[in-house]
Amino acid sequence: MPAPIRLRELIRTIRTARTQAEEREMIQKECAAIRSSFREEDNTYRCRNVAKLLYMHMLGYPAHFGQLECLKLIASQKFTDKRIGYLGAMLLLDERQDVHLLMTNCIKNDLNHSTQYVQGLALCTLGCMGSSEMCRDLAGEVEKLLKTSNSYLRKKAALCAVHVIRKVPELMEMFLPATKNLLSEKNHGVLHTSVVLLTEMCERSPDMLAHFRKLVPQLVRILKNLIMSGYSPEHDVSGISDPFLQVRILRLLRILGKGDDDSSEAMNDILAQVATNTETSKNVGNAILYETVLTIMDIKSESGLRVLAINILGRFLLNNDKNIRYVALTSLLKTVQTDHNAVQRHRSTIVDCLKDLDVSIKRRAMELSFALVNGNNIRGMMKELLYFLDSCDPEFKADCASGVFLAAEKYAPSKRWHIDTIMRVLTTAGSYVRDDSVPNLIQLITNSVEMHAYTVQRLYKALLDDISQQPLVQVASWCIGEYGDLLISGQCEEEEPIQVTEDEVLDVLEGLLVSNLSSPVTRGYSLTAIMKLSTRFSSVNRIKKVVSIYGSSIDVELQQRAVEYNALFKKYDHMRPALLERMPIMEKTASNGPTEIVQTNGEAEPSVVEPKHPPPVGQPASQVKNTVFGLVSRCLSLMAFYLFDLSKTVNFLSIGIPPMTAYNKNGLKIDFTFERANPNPNVAVITIHASNSTEADMTDFVFQAAVPKTFQLQLLSPSSNVVPALNQGTVTQVIRVLNQQKQQLRMRIKLTYIHKGSAVQDLAEVNNFPPQSWQ
Amino acid sequence: MIKAILIFNNHGKPRLIRFYQYFTEDMQQQIIRETFHLVSKRDDNVCNFLEGGSLIGGSDYKLIYRHYATLYFVFCVDSSESELGILDLIQVSCCSFEVFVETLDKCFENVCELDLIFHMDKVHYILQEVVMGGMVLETNMNEIVAQVEVQNRMEKSEGGLSAAPARAVSAVKNMNLPEIPRNINIGDINIKVPSLSPF
Repeated sequence: MPAPIRLRELIRTIRTARTQAEEREMIQKECAAIRSSFREEDNTYRCRNVAKLLYMHMLGYPAHFGQLECLKLIASQKFTDKRIGYLGAMLLLDERQDVHLLMTNCIKNDLNHSTQYVQGLALCTLGCMGSSEMCRDLAGEVEKLLKTSNSYLRKKAALCAVHVIRKVPELMEMFLPATKNLLSEKNHGVLHTSVVLLTEMCERSPDMLAHFRKLVPQLVRILKNLIMSGYSPEHDVSGISDPFLQVRILRLLRILGKGDDDSSEAMNDILAQVATNTETSKNVGNAILYETVLTIMDIKSESGLRVLAINILGRFLLNNDKNIRYVALTSLLKTVQTDHNAVQRHRSTIVDCLKDLDVSIKRRAMELSFALVNGNNIRGMMKELLYFLDSCDPEFKADCASGVFLAAEKYAPSKRWHIDTIMRVLTTAGSYVRDDSVPNLIQLITNSVEMHAYTVQRLYKALLDDISQQPLVQVASWCIGEYGDLLISGQCEEEEPIQVTEDEVLDVLEGLLVSNLSSPVTRGYSLTAIMKLSTRFSSVNRIKKVVSIYGSSIDVELQQRAVEYNALFKKYDHMRPALLERMPIMEKTASNGPTEIVQTNGEAEPSVVEPKHPPPVGQPASQVKNTVFGLVSRCLSLMAFYLFDLSKTVNFLSIGIPPMTAYNKNGLKIDFTFERANPNPNVAVITIHASNSTEADMTDFVFQAAVPKTFQLQLLSPSSNVVPALNQGTVTQVIRVLNQQKQQLRMRIKLTYIHKGSAVQDLAEVNNFPPQSWQ
Repeated sequence: MIKAILIFNNHGKPRLIRFYQYFTEDMQQQIIRETFHLVSKRDDNVCNFLEGGSLIGGSDYKLIYRHYATLYFVFCVDSSESELGILDLIQVSCCSFEVFVETLDKCFENVCELDLIFHMDKVHYILQEVVMGGMVLETNMNEIVAQVEVQNRMEKSEGGLSAAPARAVSAVKNMNLPEIPRNINIGDINIKVPSLSPF
């Protein structure tokens, strides 16, 4: 049998193949030759054959029949055989094959071989693919080699130990004694792998971590030497001395310093030194700097150092390398909560990143920008963010819109600005805003009483342009329904008033009802709006016609609404004005924006019937006779449901703080009910309810209150100054108390009224406030 | 942890493949193909860092690569490495490329693709001195080169991979052949023995 061809010849032959099929044929032929050669148990050519097999394996051809041959090579005495044999084992074998256990004995012998390179081969193989059984058997040998003075072997033993610990964590203790003087090595290779080993041990076991904390001074010293020492040609990479080792040590320091004051303090100086002295023109320097920054942020460093770290991150933002920018943005996002002011300084750079082409960078920059918005920079930031909203990809628009709403709510410098911003978002990204934004916006608009005319005008104009964006359309139709009278009266202070007729407005609203672009929810909004206009406009007949048409709509929701509105026209026409009058100001529940689950009211129909906030304008609900109270209450509640469409967020009932009786004398009873104002949780909103159980009315009723100096009080206007007799109604008034210092709430009240012709005056102290009202 | 080191040329032909985590042969070839696919699409002036897609079986990885002339050097690192940890790994890995390639340079005297092709085993041995078990072992180039050279010399003294013929030659050379008589005189017959040239 002719000698098997050499590896080089095989390679040459294969390269001449012009097609995949030709190559496959050559390889198959050679495999057959190799197989027969293996069968002949030829020792001389085995290494050559296995080398060829490995080459073919790299090209993707099966080579498993060579596994046993590798083992035979490993068992051979020749270095050449062992070398290729171990390589073959690492490439072809793994712990899933039973064959691999046969290696254990060979490796054991080789670990004790006289030649260090053979020992090295054994360590390498064990460290790459040793199974847990092998590791268990051979851990002792590895541990011995970890203590040797031969640096070549020591460094390999260290990495092998890491592998052993990963496979068999219980053996970690075994390596502890050997680690004692690992760091006193001069050889960088050993130092490097030792630090890796120590890192692995610290990451796996808190006890080890505590034990190795004492190494911090030594590590600091080594790092210092690396920085301070002059040019060392062996370890130099782009002018920096052994950057790998520096990075590794910095990482270990991070693990050791986290949460520990003493260690952190010991590191402060060296970290500052590295941060300021490292050359950043090359990538290598940046890697070290970056690792340093991570370490500074993780340990308990002093504030000056943290500011330095953030400035480094800021510099990274200006770097051309995208990765560095991305990573810098991510790190800044983590630190913006704790080191807000320091990050603020880099605001303009961060805002510039919004214009980057890379999608991930844009997203990070957006998140960071929102985190940086505050009362001072809101105008400038919002300009940039709105510009971003205009031009960004659809995947960003929803988050950006929500972020804008949140920021605007928190920091709006003026109501007009706020409404303008909202308009801008609705018109540019209207289809992407979240569903819960609509109720929030409506509430905001309702509460900005002086802006109603301006708002409705702008919304109307927006509707004329575009009716495809549902949130915009919904908010607009609600507003038109509420404030349509302001729209046609042409009174607007902020802007040039437009001339609109009732018919034009109704045209627009009807257009929404029939348009294909409108969702069912939108249609509901516009029908309700049309209905509301029946008390504000004079063209009632037109409205009646529209409403009756929809009484036979296929959409069940529309149908129901139309039918009930029809009923309102026919049977309860006298109630219509009361029911359709202006919405009162609503108190909001705590809602932190779209990321929080919106608090539901629990009930779908908030009972407006209990007049905690009776309409400040127009006839109070008490005018309604008791006989139709039942029907009216149902109508009112339905009305509330339709009119609000906000039942999810608006909570008319107090939130869990129990009401109390503040005063009860001579037939006059005053109850307090509580709510939390939003967004300031230090403000308690108390509503007083004064009721009169005597047979005579109390007229000219005035309620006054005083609080201790640490509080601030605001008294809003009362609902009326007549407390009707026999508990037929109550007078309500809202008190807002600012309780910054969270002290126990106390109040002194003074009541004056005329009862049965004589003036009555009384003073009282109210001390029995429930703890929740001031905590 | 480095999961794999792949070197392939501009057409995707593998020149060196080393996995530090077990994958079946099929998976290995799949990874090579996918990696090539991802990496060859890249412009030359974008960054050398890719968040690679997920492979079959859900194993995912990040790629750090450099393009030198006709060869791609790719380090696949695992994604359990936090994003933030990647940056230093890029640099560390890129540095170890540079170390690796420069080492190759030194060993082969300005390495080119052909060297890698024909000396696949040698390249593996060099790599073994730089990365072990998925972790960086040694970064001092001189050390690496020195160690590799000693081992190469050991191999050579044994005859190397192409062991047989050379060994046979030297073995025979060292043989103590007894003197072969030039003339065998057995009386009447005179047989001339031709002189054998030593080989």
